[in-house]
Parts: sequence; C-alpha cells; structure tokens
Amino acid sequence: MPQVTNIRRKRPSPPAVDLESREAPARATDSAARSNRPLVCRDGNEAAAHVAYRASEVIAIYPITPSSTMGELADEWAASGVANLFGAVPRVIEMQSEGGAAGVVHGSLQAGALTTTFTASQGLLLMIPNMYKIAGELTSSVFHVAARSLATHALSIFGDHSDVMAARQTGFAMLFSANVQEAMDLAAVAHAATLTGRIPFLHVFDGFRTSHEIQKIDVLSDEDLRALLPTDAVRAHRARALSPDHPVIRGTAHNPDTFFQAREAANPFYAAVPGLVQRAMDALAQRTGRAYRLFDYVGAADAERVLVAMGSGAETIGETVAALVAQGEKVGAVRVRLFRPFDARALIAALPPTVRVVSVLDRTKEPGAAGEPLYQDVVTAVHESTQEGIAPWRTPPVVVGGRYGLSSKEFTPAMVKGIFDDAAQQRPKNHFTVGIDDDVTHTSLAWDPAFSIEAPDVVRAVFWGLGSDGTVGANKNTIKIIGEETERFVQGYFVYDSKKAGARTVSHLRFGPRPIRSPYLIEQADFVAVHQFGFLERYDTLALARDGANLLLNSPHDPAALWDKLPALVQRQIVEKKLRVHCIDAYSLAREHHMGARINTIMQTAFFALSGVFPREEAIAHIKTSIARTYAKRGDAVVRANHAMVDAALSHLHEVQVPDARQAPPGAGRRERPVGSFVARLLAGEGDALPVSAFPPDGTYPTGTTRIERRNIAQEIPVWEPDICIQCGKCVMVCPHSVIRAKVVGASTTADAPDGFHFEDARWKELSGMRYTLQVSADDCTGCRLCVEVCPARDKSNVARKAINMRDRASAGAPRAHWEYFLGLPEIFTPEEGGVGGLHYNRVKDVQLRTPLFEFSSACAGCGETPYLRLLTQLFGDRLLVANATGCSSIYGGNLPTTPWSTNAEGRGPAWSNSLFEDNAEFGLGMRVAIDAQASLARARVRALRDPADAALADAILDADQSNEAGVAAQRHRVAELKARLRSHDTDAARDLLAVADTLVRRSVWIVGGDGWAYDIGFGGLDHVLAGGHNVKLLILDTEVYSNTGGQSSKATPLGATAKFASGGKATAKKDIGAIAMSYGHVYVAEIAMGASDQQTLRALLEAESYDGPALVIAYSHCIAHGIDMAKGMTQQKLAVESGHWPMYRFDPRLAAKGENPLQLDSSPPKMLLKDYIYNESRYRMLLQSNPEEAARLLDRAQAHVVRRWKALVRAAGRPEDRTIAGAPE
Amino acid sequence: MNVMIDLATSYLGLKLKNPLVHSASPLSENVDTMKRIEDAGSSAIVMHSLFEEQITHESRQLDHYLSYGTESQAEARSYFPEANSYRVGPDGYLEKIRLAKAALAIPVIGSLNGVSRGGWVEYARLIQQAGADALELNIYMLPTDPEMSGPEVEQMYIDTVAAVRAEVTIPLAVKVAPYFSAMANMAKRLESAGADGLVLFNRFYQPDFDLEQLEVVPHLVLSTSWEMRLPLRWVAILFGRVDVDFAITSGVHSHEDVLKGVMAGASATMMTSAVLQHGISHVSVVRDGLVRWMEEKEYASIAQMRGSMSQKHVKEPTAFERANYMKMLHSWQSDPTGFLP
Repeated sequence: MPQVTNIRRKRPSPPAVDLESREAPARATDSAARSNRPLVCRDGNEAAAHVAYRASEVIAIYPITPSSTMGELADEWAASGVANLFGAVPRVIEMQSEGGAAGVVHGSLQAGALTTTFTASQGLLLMIPNMYKIAGELTSSVFHVAARSLATHALSIFGDHSDVMAARQTGFAMLFSANVQEAMDLAAVAHAATLTGRIPFLHVFDGFRTSHEIQKIDVLSDEDLRALLPTDAVRAHRARALSPDHPVIRGTAHNPDTFFQAREAANPFYAAVPGLVQRAMDALAQRTGRAYRLFDYVGAADAERVLVAMGSGAETIGETVAALVAQGEKVGAVRVRLFRPFDARALIAALPPTVRVVSVLDRTKEPGAAGEPLYQDVVTAVHESTQEGIAPWRTPPVVVGGRYGLSSKEFTPAMVKGIFDDAAQQRPKNHFTVGIDDDVTHTSLAWDPAFSIEAPDVVRAVFWGLGSDGTVGANKNTIKIIGEETERFVQGYFVYDSKKAGARTVSHLRFGPRPIRSPYLIEQADFVAVHQFGFLERYDTLALARDGANLLLNSPHDPAALWDKLPALVQRQIVEKKLRVHCIDAYSLAREHHMGARINTIMQTAFFALSGVFPREEAIAHIKTSIARTYAKRGDAVVRANHAMVDAALSHLHEVQVPDARQAPPGAGRRERPVGSFVARLLAGEGDALPVSAFPPDGTYPTGTTRIERRNIAQEIPVWEPDICIQCGKCVMVCPHSVIRAKVVGASTTADAPDGFHFEDARWKELSGMRYTLQVSADDCTGCRLCVEVCPARDKSNVARKAINMRDRASAGAPRAHWEYFLGLPEIFTPEEGGVGGLHYNRVKDVQLRTPLFEFSSACAGCGETPYLRLLTQLFGDRLLVANATGCSSIYGGNLPTTPWSTNAEGRGPAWSNSLFEDNAEFGLGMRVAIDAQASLARARVRALRDPADAALADAILDADQSNEAGVAAQRHRVAELKARLRSHDTDAARDLLAVADTLVRRSVWIVGGDGWAYDIGFGGLDHVLAGGHNVKLLILDTEVYSNTGGQSSKATPLGATAKFASGGKATAKKDIGAIAMSYGHVYVAEIAMGASDQQTLRALLEAESYDGPALVIAYSHCIAHGIDMAKGMTQQKLAVESGHWPMYRFDPRLAAKGENPLQLDSSPPKMLLKDYIYNESRYRMLLQSNPEEAARLLDRAQAHVVRRWKALVRAAGRPEDRTIAGAPE
Repeated sequence: MNVMIDLATSYLGLKLKNPLVHSASPLSENVDTMKRIEDAGSSAIVMHSLFEEQITHESRQLDHYLSYGTESQAEARSYFPEANSYRVGPDGYLEKIRLAKAALAIPVIGSLNGVSRGGWVEYARLIQQAGADALELNIYMLPTDPEMSGPEVEQMYIDTVAAVRAEVTIPLAVKVAPYFSAMANMAKRLESAGADGLVLFNRFYQPDFDLEQLEVVPHLVLSTSWEMRLPLRWVAILFGRVDVDFAITSGVHSHEDVLKGVMAGASATMMTSAVLQHGISHVSVVRDGLVRWMEEKEYASIAQMRGSMSQKHVKEPTAFERANYMKMLHSWQSDPTGFLP
C-alpha cells in the first residue's frame, strides 16, 4: 500500500469559526424591526428574489408554481437594467426544464459566476442530480425554494416540505424562513454563508403561505447586502473557477480505491457551516436589529412541553406559545432555521432543561420511515446528547413526532393547543397527524376549533370576489396603502380556487399595530365584503363574520328592496350576528364608466369608507394617488375612469336597514352540512371536514363528475333560433365546454318532449323525416360567445340575428328540464353495423351528433384547447387512453373535485392519467406497449383455446379488421360474446384470457399536452417516442406559451411575441416541431387550426388515428395568455393561417409508400400581412407599445420568416410557386 | 425650371415654398418617409392624426388585456410581464413631431382628431411644445344621435375649437366635413372661435357591406379629382368673405387640381390619395406640371392667381350657387348619348 502521507497535498481549509459567536445577541424584538428604515409591502417570493438577484451574476430559471414569481421578477428587473451588487445586470436565462436550469447553474458556478436559481416541487427533484455535483464540488450557490408538495397520489401546487425533504441528502445546507421578512433576511444569510463556507444552500420558505403572503417588511439595502457578503469570499469563489490560465480538472471518475476517502474529505466544511450561518445572522442583527439563531427558542424558561418545527408553521406555534405562556402554561417552542447541517448541540442548547415532552412537527410524509426527518433528527440529538452526557436533563424528554399542513392544509393556534394538550397526557401520541380526521389508522389528534388567540386590536377583513372582478388586485392595493401610508402592520393572503373560468377568490387581510405573525386564515372577521351577490346563495360567506361586523355587498338591488332579496340563511346570520350591512351596485357603476366588470376601485373605495382606517377625504386621496401610480403606464384614460369611479362610489354606497331580531326569519341560523356523495361534499367546500376513510388510498376517482357541478357562472347564454339554423354543427364543434349539443331522432321519439322543447326537420338527406334539435346547458355555459362568432347563419331580415345568439340568462329560458330531456334522447350516430347509416366520421356536421365524452371543464371561458379534446372524444372516446402532460389540460382535466372526462351510455369513455410534466410522451408510450403486450397475450390465448370444431368466433376475433369504427364495433361484439363464453368455463385458462380479453378491441392511446411539455421539458421524450415508430398519437395543444403557470415563453413562442422571460419580445423564431417530426419520414404529422378549417382538423385527427405508427398533431390553441377577446379566438386562428403564421398541412407517410408526395398543404398562400394578424393580440401589441422600434425590427424578421417557411413548405409539397404571397419581401 | 415663377404661398402665417402640402396620411407616420416627401417638393407636412378615441381606446385596451384573467388562479396570477412603460397616450406621437422637426426644413403641422372637450384637448399644447409649426384640428364627427339637433352639433364644433384655441398659440387650422346647414355661417363662426385656417373637407370613409359574410366592413376608397369639386366650390364661395386661410384636401391629384384650388382661393392644396396611388415622386410631377402650366400661361406667381376664380371674381357668381345645380340637371336630361352614368 502506498504511503498516504507521501502524497498528502495542500488541502483547502474550511473557514475558521469563532464558536463564541454562537452566543448570539439578544433576540429580535418587534421594536427592533421598527427602526427608522422605511417598511414596504412585499410577498415572500419578492423578498427572496430581491436578495438573490442582487447577489448573483447568472440566474437560470424555469417556471414552476409557486416559485415562478421569483424568476419572473428577476427577468423583469434584468430587462429594466437593474444592477446587482457588483454593478452589473445579471444574466437571466430560461431553460427547457429545471434539470436544464440546474445544469446551467452548475456550469456557471464552475466558470466562476455567482449563480442562483428558483424552484419548487418536481422542479427541485429534477435538480437533484446536479445538486449532488454542486455540493460534492464544494461550490457556493443558493437555490431559493418556495416549498411545495410532491406529486404522489395526486399533484398539488400547494405548500409543504416534501420537495426539500427529498433533497436533504444532496449535501446542500438547508435554511428555513418562517415569514416574509425572514425570506429576505435568511436569503442574505444563505448567500453570505455559502460564500464563506463553500457549501451550497437551499433557502426554503413555505409555498403560498410565505411565498404569496404580503407583509410589511424592511428591505435590505444594497449597502446591507454588501456588508454581509464577504468580498474576499467572492474573490475566492472566482479564483476556484475553471480557467485555461490555470487549468485543473473536475468531474473525474473515481475507483474503489479513492471514492470513499474523497467523499469524507469534505466533512470539515460541513462542520463549519453552523458557525458560519450564525456569524452571518449576527452580522445581519448588527445592521438591522433582527437577530436570528440556528434554533430559536420562545416560551417559558421552565417549559415542560416544547414543540419543534420549521417554516411558517413555527410562526403559528410561536404566536400560540406566547398566548399560552401569558395564561401561565409551561410551554415553549423551538424554531428550526438551519436544518442541514443539523447542529444537534445547538438544538439541545436551545431546549429548556425542564422539558419533559418534545413534540416534533414535520410538514412532510415519509411513508414507511421510522419517523419524519425532523423528528428523527431530534430523537437522535436527544439520544446522543444524553448518551454523551452533554444534555442539561437527568431524564431525557419523551420525543414524539407528528405531521401537519400537507399541501397547505390549515395549521392554526387551535391545532397547536391540541398538540400541547396531548403532550400533557400520560402517554402522548406518537406519529400523530393534526388538522385532519384520520379514522382509518387513527393518527389524528383532537383539537378544539373554537380556540382562538386573535388579538382585539388587529382588524381582520375578508373579501369574496370573482377572478375577473379585480378584488385581489384591489386588496393588494389596499394593503400597500395602509402598510405604507400608516404605521400599521399588514398581512394579505389570497385563496384561489382551481377553476380557470368563473374562479372564486377569498382575500384575507389583517391590519394591526404589531408585525402580524398569523400565517393562517381569518376565522372571525371584523369586515366581510361579498363582491358577487350570487355568492350569498352558493357559499357560506358570512360564516367568517364576527358579531357586530361590517358587511359590504355588491348588489344589483335597490337598497330599500335588498333585504327581501337576501337568502334566509344570510338574513338570519345578519340578525343573529348583529351585522351592519352596506350595499353598492358596483357593476352598474363600472358599466357607466365603461370599465366592464372591473369593480375593484369601487369596492376598494367602499371598504375605505366603511372601515375607518383613514378619514374619508384622506382615504380618497390615497386611493387616487395609488390609482395614478398603478395605472399611469396604461394611459390617462384609464386613470381618469378609475378616478371617476372613486368619486362616484361614495354617493352610491348605502346602509341597509336590518329588521330587528324579532322580525328575522326563524331557523337555526346555521347552514346545514350538505349531505351527499364524496364529490358533492367537496363541491360544497366541505373537503377539509372529510375523514381519511372517505378517500381512495391510491388516487383513483370516477370520471364524468363535472356534470353534477352546475356552476351557473354565465351572465349571458347562447339561445338557438331554429328558424335560421342550417344545422352545420359549427357551434357544437367550437364549444369549449361542450354545453351546446345536437341530436337527430326519429319523429316518433319526440312525442314526450317537454313544453317549449323544439325540434326541426333534420337537414340531412340520409335522415329525411327525422327531427333535429340543438340544446344549451345553461348551468354549465361560461358565456364565452365563441359559438355566436362562428355561426354562419343569419336572419335574412336582420343580419344581427344569427342562428345562435347570446341572451341574458334570466330571459333566455333554457330550463334544466329541456337539457335533461335532451340527454335522455338516443344517439343516432353509432358505429354499430345496422345503425342508422349514411353518417360519416369525416363530416363535421355528422360528427357533431356524437356525444362528447369531455364536458364542462374548468378551462377558461373561450378556451382554444378544449374543443380539440372534445372532438377527440367524439371520434374515439370509447376506446381512448389519454396520457396528459402537466399543464392547463391536466388542471382542467383532472383537478378534484371533478373531471370533465366522462362516459357514454354504455359506460365507456376515456381513461385518463397525468404522470408528470416532463415524461408524458414516455408515459403514453408505456400505456401503448402495455396494451400491445396484453393484446398479444390475449391473441395467443385465443389461439390456444381455439376449438377447431367451433372456431368461427376465435377466427373472427383473430382476423378482425379494426381499421374503421364499424370494424371496432364489430370486434367489441365478438369480444363480448367471447367473454360471455369464457365466464361459463371454470378454468385457469379461461380466467387468464378474461383478464386480458378487452385488449382484443383496438385501443387508442393519445398523448396530450401543451407546448411547454412538447417543445421544452418533454421534447427529449417526445422525440424518442416519435423515433421509435410505436402506434401512439401525440396532440400538442399549442398556445405558444406556458399558459398554466402564467405566460412564460416556451420554444413555441413566436418571434416578436412578448411573454414572461421574453419581456423584450422573443428574438428567435418558434421551433418548427412539425418539420423535425417530418424529418423522420415515418411519422404522421399535421398542423391544424380548428378556427381556420374544422374539416381539416377532423381529417387530420382521423388520419392520425388510422395511421399504424406514431402521429403528431399540432393544434393552434388560442389562449387567454394571447391577450385577445376570447370570443374572437376562432377568428384569430383563421388569421394565423391566412397570414401564413400557421400553415395547415398533413404529412402522411402512407402516401410516400404509394409513391406520392406525403406532404399535403391545406392552406392557401398567405394572403395578408403578418401584422394584420398579430397586432390584434396584446402579446404582440405590448412590444409595439413599449418598444416600437424593436417591434418593427422583429416584425420584419417575423414576416420574412413566414415567407421563408411557406416557400419551404411549398417546395416540399411539390406545389407550383406561381402564386404570390401578400407582403412578401422579395 | 424657370426661376422667375414664384410658387410661394402663405398658409396659416407660414411661408410655404409652394401650395403642395402633404396632408395627414399613413405616409406621415414615418420620419424617413416624411423626409422623402419633403425632398419630392412638398412645402409642408400635416402629421397623421392623433385621435382622441385612439388614445382612449389604446389605454383602455391595454388595461383590459393586461388585467384580464389576472389574480384569478393560484398558478397564474398574471399572463404578461410588466414593461417599464408603454407608449399609450401622445408620447410616441410627440416624439415623432420632435424627430420630424429635427429632420425636416419645411413646416410640420400637427394634427389632432377629436370631437369633445375632454382631457385630450391638452394634447394640443403638448403638440405645440413638441415643436409643431401649426396645428390642424380635425373634427370628424357623424352626429347619429336623433336627439341631437343641428345647433347642438354646431355648438360642439365651436366649443371644441375654442377649447383647443385656448391651449395653443401656434396657428390653428380646422378641418371639417361639408355637412352643415349653413356652411358659410359655420365658417364664420369657426373663424370667430379662433381658427386661422379652414381645411375643406373631411372625407368620410363610408363602410361597405360584405354580402358573403353579411357584415359591415370598413372600406377605403382613394379620392378622385372629381371629389375636389365640393371643396373647390366652397373655397371659392368663402374666399374673401371669411378671414381665414383655406386649404383644399379632397381630390387634389394633378397640377390642374392645384391650379383650380388656388384660383378658388386656397392657400394650400393637400394631396394624399394621388401620392398613395403613384408614389412620393408624384409630388414633383405635380409641381413640375404646375410650373410648366404657369410658364405656358405666363403666370408669374401663385399669389397672383389666388382667389382669381373665387365667387367674388368670376363673371357668373351664380355658377357656385343653386343655379349651377339647375344647369347641371338640365345638361343631364339632355344627354344625347344616353350613356352618362
């Protein structure tokens, strides 16, 4: 063995740490936070990003909720030229995935730049491989994480620590912030400590609760940050960079002789981290007065019961402990800030020696583990310190662990009290849960929901709004005004629902004389505003009002008549709680000022008028100043209109006379808990109350559930005019929510139709003598108007009247009974042999008689994606498996409580699943190969069981032609007969075949997702799946932007369009993914746009399905993120095609096999200039308005690109180039 | 070119080298194009119009689409990045005036299009501050409200002009449509309200019907020389009676049209359709034609001929009045060919 000493080299030494410095200065006090420095309102994302941006030179990003805002802000700041601490503008680079971002971070760090990134959840998982590398190479960096649940039985965008706990083994240090101020302060501590200690950091704060909560905080100045970040360590970081001027190599491969020792060589660096973090915290305290420790203890000096937790939950615990100690309870809490490296000694030192029970709370779940991570660490620390004799106790405390707050489940003082109460028991429950009712394995602790510690001097206000009405924006504005114009501290938190159309928002605002440490929802509000009158019927809006609270209603009713319009329950609540009621007709007022549905300014003014935060005049002045500041960029007209609404609001605000209690209607005054199915309970907002036993343990749910929702969100609905209708089916075809449907039935069927239900003679020559009807589900319509826009039939005496027109909901008729009757009518268009013949799958008009198996989704009103999905289900829904990439389509497709994927009369319908964002093509391919494998097995078993004497059925099954729908239907009959026969055979062989027999009927696998998946994060897999030649169909719902996460640029974003991460206009062209796929030769490829040609769309989907190989269909999907009037979505699709931006084509390898050109161009040469299409859309106009010169430059390039691409397509299609192209620069 | 011919004219107190003024058009949206128009021989350029409605509309549109769908969902609280600033409002327009003034030697006339007395009127002052040599107020209004009377419409014009006049000290021209019950009286009142010049007349772009789609569609038809007859008549009538400068703006296509206009009494003749049709070089074609004609007919200057055929000076003043109509109808009925349209 070689002498190790001979080759021992000069080692980099970890920085010296003065252990005395762990004895930190006095704890931060609230008064310390209130120094002379101006306090401003920020959310946690902005707080962290502020520091990260200034401390970095390279920022690699990828959008993922709830961390996207950090990247967006960094991008906006860079676009505006905001400098970092070193006087330069950081390079912000969006990557194709978090994996890519981590790779860039790694490379950038290796080349010496100060580098950061922002992520959460699955994104962090994708970074893990690089995190091991970055940590293994002792590289200074901070990743800021808005911690979020990981997808397990379901995806969740909400907050817990599952993601960061899945990365705790990477070698990154982990520092947890518990509130917005800490998200800024500890971000700075992390950046400082990583530079001095060389260990990379995860800086963690709770997704949504901290990332999205607005608080009034002290912003660290550049001077503060410069003072905290050691310049010598920055220089040392640069000196370690790879450089050809002093070359070294890293990233080597080791063998068994070396790897282990080298791995242990980093130990001293980890040992140094806690001291370095404390030193940075102390430096911060010196500048700001805010002192932090690795483990901060609060509570009684002689506490016997102590809770240990980290993140925002620790705030709630701290607040509750203070209240309980004031009541004389011997309780305390340890807040964990530095979780990795875990400094057990510091933890033990933080615990009071009197402690008897330590309850450790983890916001994550590790199924099968001995306990959750923090619990295990505390157990180890207590055990080891006792064993080593360094613990302050004689008898070690009992340590129990529990889980709380998964996926942003509320965690309240009442729950904290419940945990303390349990800790006082003889044998405290271990491995408990709190906040849920676990009636299966009985882990949950009991707690008293009535326990509250809300301070009387804190004003609490709750606002119920609709997504589109500006409520949340107004409240953010209110917070800013109160927070920045008064001494008061503020807190704002916003609860959104999962619907994209008709989304409900609930704003929770607190204002008080001290920093507000209550990261949980308001339960006793002093002020409740209901900005949508209809909510009074649908939600228990007043449940949160305390006695004597102010109630503000946006009401269309006359104040004198209002009382009688209120639901009885609301009347009872008002009387019982002695609420003061005010009303204002904000919608009328907004309409008068041409502001549509934007009632934000009006309701905000009314709030200020009633809340008394300021004298009225002062309030008005503040609101107006704030309006000017907010809207000045958007022009004087908007400022003026908003100012006018402020002035008008006060005179339209009325107090409503409440009858005294004796006149109030009788009743319990409490809403009865709804009784019903699981889904109905969720729909009623009762999800939190459901016990564990109510849930499937594996995330499997029934389909077809949106039909029970009946959301009633449309103010206007389409009404059919039978006398004008030509029965073309276009309205049915474009309806994004499948609320318009048509049927043809035999004349005899119509006899029992309800009154007013209308039939017309069917205008099909094949269906002569039959009756046609078209119905609208008013309960499910979103009022988008796409149907009216596409309707080609007009009244010959009044062209404004079409065959379908929007009418006010109240006057529209459309009773639910008509819809129910319609649903019960038989479907004429079935593929069965012997069914009513003559109808064709390749005719739009015919296909629209098929029942859709995708209905009433929660997509945006006017969505451009869902019509394609609905059509898919009309064509192949009864044999469809859908692999759905994460994104809009997975949210409107599969967000509990309901799903739009539904079933037909036989109970068949699409089977749907979402795996991840990045792997959808592979996921779908997996489905395909599984089906093929089972079908092969089934065929083999059919052959094995074939009785030569009675072989007809077996042979028919084995030889079946399933190339068309009738063939598939016939096979389905045969398989049904086969199964019937097999059931009578009590043999293993029969049972084995029965298990796979269904796969003998052709199944269709469609892999569906947006452009973010297809062009970016999932492209590698998509490409591989196409290349493999398997019989899978891929449908890209191409909105040309990351729609679901809020409009970030993807590689599908066109040249010249503005998007987040492309604030200055995208400077490169959209990837031609169709051309890439065509280059294989064996892939069926189509580019379609329903608004330009529904017939071509239909044809492409049918061809793709019929092709025995991979097919890629790229569907233009207009989107809310395009900044268009969504009613004109189909028109924009048409213009996209006519301008040449979106040439329609079909590339069919079967034609090549026949010696023909496989490429068929389905559009005409561009006949209009690109600008006449794109400048209808805000995504392009924005650049025209913010930087017209750049817009002009990009437009020129984009127009030239259109021409080049068209010419290439024409050449490839072998079309003569004799036609001119409008505006083509020659 | 014969140097003896003096094409100079005075319009709104501005000394112009000839009467060929380029009127508000898409061509004046670009400073490079404006420079080419100057090089081709135009004596002044009226900028494209800053529209009251456009500013309001753009502002509201931007606000609407940047706000639409925001703060509704947990994942997407907005859909667009916030830019530092947007050029809604007059900033871009004012910047263009500044650039045009820096690039051109000929006068640059700002153009403001509006019909109310709202906050937009202050844009007039901003246009002056940006360096415009004069302002053309374009009142383009179709009074479609059955409750609105003629006098009310007229008063709206007068109020608008007075409001704009109060904002600026630079010369102010007013461009109006011909549809007044008493055009001459209206001209007088506009003068009293502060107009230094009248630009006759606004052409209303009449919408068309698309018979396939059964929709009303905007339809732009370029003017023809024929359309000059109306302003020609009115300039001729008003010249010398209303103390303002006149400009003719519909149907000026050729040097003959320019000559007619000047002889009617116009200080400036404005050409757009012809330039859009034939290109910027058409300006020099017309100017050269003008010079040739004047040489042939031995005219020395534009000043010499201005108003020479106005109603005050022609032999038969009734030619401009109702008698002319009767004469025309007579000739129509007696068309011997039967092929007149």
